[in-house]
Amino acid sequence: MSKIFSRIFHSEQAGLLLALLVLCLVISLLSPVFFTAINIKNVLRDASLIAIAGIGMVMIILLGEIDLSVGSTQAVAGVIAVAVLNQMDSVWWALLAALLAGALVGLCNGLLVTKAGINSLIATLGTMAILRGGAMVSTQAVSIQGKVEGFVEVGTGYLGPVPIPVLLAFLLFGLFYYVLHHTILGRYIYAIGGNIQAARLSGLAVDRTRVLVYVIGGVLAALSAFILASRLNSGQPNAGLGFELQVIAAVILGGISLTGGIGTLGGAFIGILILTVLSNGLVLLNVSSFYHDIARGAVIILAVYLDTRRKQSLLRRLLAPPSESNS
Amino acid sequence: MTPLVELVGIHKRFPGVYALKGVDFDVRAGEVHALVGENGAGKSTLIKVAAGVHDFEKGSYRIAGQAVDIRHPRQALDEGIAVVYQELELVLSLSVAENLFFGRLPHDRGGRVRWGELYDESEKLLAEVGLEVDPKTKVGHLGVAAQQLVEIARALSFAAKVIIMDEPTSALSPREIEKLFVLVARLKARGVGLVYVSHKLDEIMALADRVTVLRDGQRVACKETVDLDEDRLIELMVGRELGQGFPAAGREPGENVLEVQGLTTDQVQDISFRVCAGEIVGFSGLMGAGRTELARGLMGVDRRLAGSVVIAGVPVPANKPPAARNLGLGLVPEDRRADGVFAQLSVRENTSVAALEQFCRLGYVQGGLERRQVGGLVERLKVRTPDQEQEMAKLSGGNQQKALLARWLLKENLKVLLIDEPTRGIDVGAKAEIYQLLDELARGGLAVVLLSSEMPEILGLCDRIYVMSQGRIAAEYGRAEATPEKLLASALPNVY
Repeated sequence: MSKIFSRIFHSEQAGLLLALLVLCLVISLLSPVFFTAINIKNVLRDASLIAIAGIGMVMIILLGEIDLSVGSTQAVAGVIAVAVLNQMDSVWWALLAALLAGALVGLCNGLLVTKAGINSLIATLGTMAILRGGAMVSTQAVSIQGKVEGFVEVGTGYLGPVPIPVLLAFLLFGLFYYVLHHTILGRYIYAIGGNIQAARLSGLAVDRTRVLVYVIGGVLAALSAFILASRLNSGQPNAGLGFELQVIAAVILGGISLTGGIGTLGGAFIGILILTVLSNGLVLLNVSSFYHDIARGAVIILAVYLDTRRKQSLLRRLLAPPSESNS
Repeated sequence: MTPLVELVGIHKRFPGVYALKGVDFDVRAGEVHALVGENGAGKSTLIKVAAGVHDFEKGSYRIAGQAVDIRHPRQALDEGIAVVYQELELVLSLSVAENLFFGRLPHDRGGRVRWGELYDESEKLLAEVGLEVDPKTKVGHLGVAAQQLVEIARALSFAAKVIIMDEPTSALSPREIEKLFVLVARLKARGVGLVYVSHKLDEIMALADRVTVLRDGQRVACKETVDLDEDRLIELMVGRELGQGFPAAGREPGENVLEVQGLTTDQVQDISFRVCAGEIVGFSGLMGAGRTELARGLMGVDRRLAGSVVIAGVPVPANKPPAARNLGLGLVPEDRRADGVFAQLSVRENTSVAALEQFCRLGYVQGGLERRQVGGLVERLKVRTPDQEQEMAKLSGGNQQKALLARWLLKENLKVLLIDEPTRGIDVGAKAEIYQLLDELARGGLAVVLLSSEMPEILGLCDRIYVMSQGRIAAEYGRAEATPEKLLASALPNVY
């Protein structure tokens, strides 16, 4: 038992959890609204969008890659979802269409990175621009209103006391925690991100894994798009502007190292909560939304700084001569 | 006559390796002094000591008879000692002139570069080495031979009295080599002392005035070239007792397990060989002969351009490492840190990564089963680690190597194990354990392919030996007929 406690306290998440608790405490002292049921539900619902897309991002960054296209995917998949919704008069068809679109985007990203050998930063920067442009062109920059009853339920409804998006985020968290730690796919992700050369020479299915992870990332981004579109009851071509940076910042803050192979889903979720609580707090304290950007920017820099520190300590550890006892 | 540079009784240790054990070496004005020895004999260490890259524990360094204290490459350069390394140290994206005067471009007080002066000076230097290129050309656009001349010109710009050339002809064509020889003769006539490190004995016989032979960190001979011939040189290079600790021979080879026909990649040409079950087959050769590249080609990591690889009668599809693994091919790579270990993962995850399918039911990796099997192997191979959850980075080299071996032994259907330089950077005790283990594995029916530049382990362990040279198989020997001299003679590249 004491071993478990010491592991919790010595893990990187301990610091993050502490940061989250302190943040919550400070905000609740400054604003009595913070610790109300309604506000907490709001925070979780905001966090759930980032969390769902963030699961994909965690896996992609664990591979040592990046995906800048999730924000644009949110626009494209949202527009497609609402268009199909109005056409087919069915929420399920809309969902299916959105997820398919996301899968396709992920497949493109994955093939660009593996088969074409384009650096993932560049490849997804490209698809990000193309998808945003595509969303604008296809809608002529006007959002499409949803015309089917029940659609808004997905984003705004509850199952018991829990908002549906929050429930989804938790379910997916459980599912992908399992995938990352108890399946071959998860093992391969950590191995490839840790040392892609060694993974290749050990005969692991490196490229197939990378493409698959991009597809999963695309599908999850599309799911978050679907929820967003449902909440707004519209498909908006400018939805998700800057969303990719929110997601990346949150998961890196949560300890997912940009060099790949290091970090856990749990840490990433705490990172996501920290960023969401931060912006919620700023709203409650009536801080102008322009300051939100500044705060977020500062946190992104802080996150990368922490990542660099972590990398250096890892490097020191790798370069340090092994202890005498096991030589 | 006082030598230009004198190294006396140099001792140098690295962790786990006693690289130089009291070596003497000197260079006189206007001579070519060749430095030869097998891989790992200490040549590189010695020239790096001379160049101020490595310090040394005991001994003295004299320039023109005066003891000096050289601790930095730049100091050595200022004393007129320059090295042209095998891996050229040029900045490919900069011009020839900028490379020649890298770090000391002529400039005015405001820091602006005086380009005119730079190009004039560069042209003079290039003329000295007989390289006809515009100094504004980017170095990356030049061929290897021209790049080498740029390095030599750079050495001259420091008014070098001694130029050390490390394998200068390894990447040159015969015509380029001839031009280099002319330049060497000219430098020699100007009174420059040249140190010539090479495996190509015919070049040495043609070029050198004196030859120093290193073996296991010691100088075994320093003779005038006229008193030597190639056979005598080879004898001096290898003449040592075979290392102890090799298991007795007498394995019974079974059926062919690995058959390779005409395998060709960018790095190796037309490789054909076979390996039987229960056999250890060695691939010998000098550094850069193509052993590691052959392993990469077999595994399917380097693109296969032609040829076939068949394991136990089943052809391995080209360029599909997972397929090769599934058919029972495993590779323990040469460069553990870069190509083998997942440093931040645990010993358990490192060991099981290539055999996860065995523990998997409906996509779920059965942790208990995995731990039991990994634990069994960790024990059997005597991997010294507190437990399986230990981070791989914290293990010593020898134990990492054993864990990498365990990665493949865990695989139930492993048929062929390729193991590349298995004992590099590993202490003697762990070496003997690994030899013992390879023998056991072969006796158990595994086909073992040992790729190594260390002749004692090739001769001590292998049933058959292929010698590689310049990306091809140059010769095949049975255990009985193989001698160090024969292996070395086959490994040396043919220049003309």
